[in-house]
Amino acid sequence: MGFFHAALVIMMKDLRAELRTKEAINASFAFALVILLLFSFAFDPEADTTKALSGGLLWIVFAFAGTLVLNRSFARELPNDCLDALVAAPISGAALFLGKALANFVLVMAMELVSLPVFGIFYNVHWANQLGELLMVLALGTWALTVIGTIFSALTVNIRLREVMLPMLTYPILVPALMAAMQLTMQLVSGNAIGPETVTWLKMLIGFDVAYTAVSLFLVETVLVG
Amino acid sequence: MRDKILFVFGVVAMGILAWNVNAIARLPEETQQGVTFKIIFFHVPMWMCATMAATVALLASVGFLVTKNFKFDAAAVASTEVGLAFTTIGLVTGSIWGRQIWGIWWTWDARLTSALVCWILYAGYLMLRKAIEEPTQRATFAAVFSIFAFIDVPIVVFSIKWWRTQHPQPVFWSGGSFPPDWTHHLMWNMLAMLLLGIVMTAVRLRQEEAQREIDSLRRMAHAL
Repeated sequence: MGFFHAALVIMMKDLRAELRTKEAINASFAFALVILLLFSFAFDPEADTTKALSGGLLWIVFAFAGTLVLNRSFARELPNDCLDALVAAPISGAALFLGKALANFVLVMAMELVSLPVFGIFYNVHWANQLGELLMVLALGTWALTVIGTIFSALTVNIRLREVMLPMLTYPILVPALMAAMQLTMQLVSGNAIGPETVTWLKMLIGFDVAYTAVSLFLVETVLVG
Repeated sequence: MRDKILFVFGVVAMGILAWNVNAIARLPEETQQGVTFKIIFFHVPMWMCATMAATVALLASVGFLVTKNFKFDAAAVASTEVGLAFTTIGLVTGSIWGRQIWGIWWTWDARLTSALVCWILYAGYLMLRKAIEEPTQRATFAAVFSIFAFIDVPIVVFSIKWWRTQHPQPVFWSGGSFPPDWTHHLMWNMLAMLLLGIVMTAVRLRQEEAQREIDSLRRMAHAL
């Protein structure tokens, strides 16, 4: 089985398992909704203030709610020793990681795409002015979140305090990516296209994605096999 | 032998510090910041030592992943802990300095934010170690995380640089106006703290090795 085929099989398996139970995606979306509600008490939810805060607000929602999906990613394989079987399967660790990361990407992205209109309705913001570019930033930021989240999900799956350790480790690492995604999202939700001022953030986000995807693919075998 | 060398290092470090602090106290006051400016003799060496400790931790982590030799793991944890101590003191001295000169304890400027991110990352490293029981797994996972953290630091620094920066730019290598004899005192302090850092790392390394020996003896006792 080729590398990408193996990754695709893992991805489809994860998505199928998730769509049958819907436990992670439901929890994640419900959590996103709760945070969106709580933010309305944190500041005066008028159109102008909301636009200025939108980048930070949305990405905090996405990062927090996304962690619920990522936490489950490897923990789901613990009952019946599925993880051992997966590691022993005749595919490379990198393919396993890539498949899981892609499945997580689809799930987190789905949660984000449902949360965005809800955010628009609750906070009275026309967020879709630059839809194409916003979707691109969303995809790049989400890939950063899922790559880091998936590798650390593999790293923390067997340790004590798993639920605490994952956010403790992922958020500080994600600082540059989240910062770039927040800046870009704020601009795009406000209706400005990505200009020469903001394009550095885009480059940085792409660089982060590329660098950490490469490092993760390189190190995941060590994490899984030891 | 190793004990004696460490002892000598420690004494030399203390000697340099005692002499140098005395000399620094006699230096004239800086025109704008007055006596407060002299905190630079501690603040800057702390950060240099912290950077070196982080680099050693990275090299040791890579060394462990390549060789699976636990000496590297012990070196990684020892230098991370010492580096975290230096980072903490660096943050505290910087904060005191900021309070005196800027009038605020903290500002979300490039260097301060990235320094705080480093502190949190390396504290996370130590927390991760605490959460894993099995030694091989602990060493492997900690090494992987250490590599991730080290890659993150330059990205954080560059990305936050695009924000406004309140922290002054380096005065030593980029054409600042730091008097040469002041630089000497700074370098002596740097040396003293480096020696101190080496001593602390070596002591911590010894502890780590003793700990592993105790663990293996205990395991043997259980096996019998």
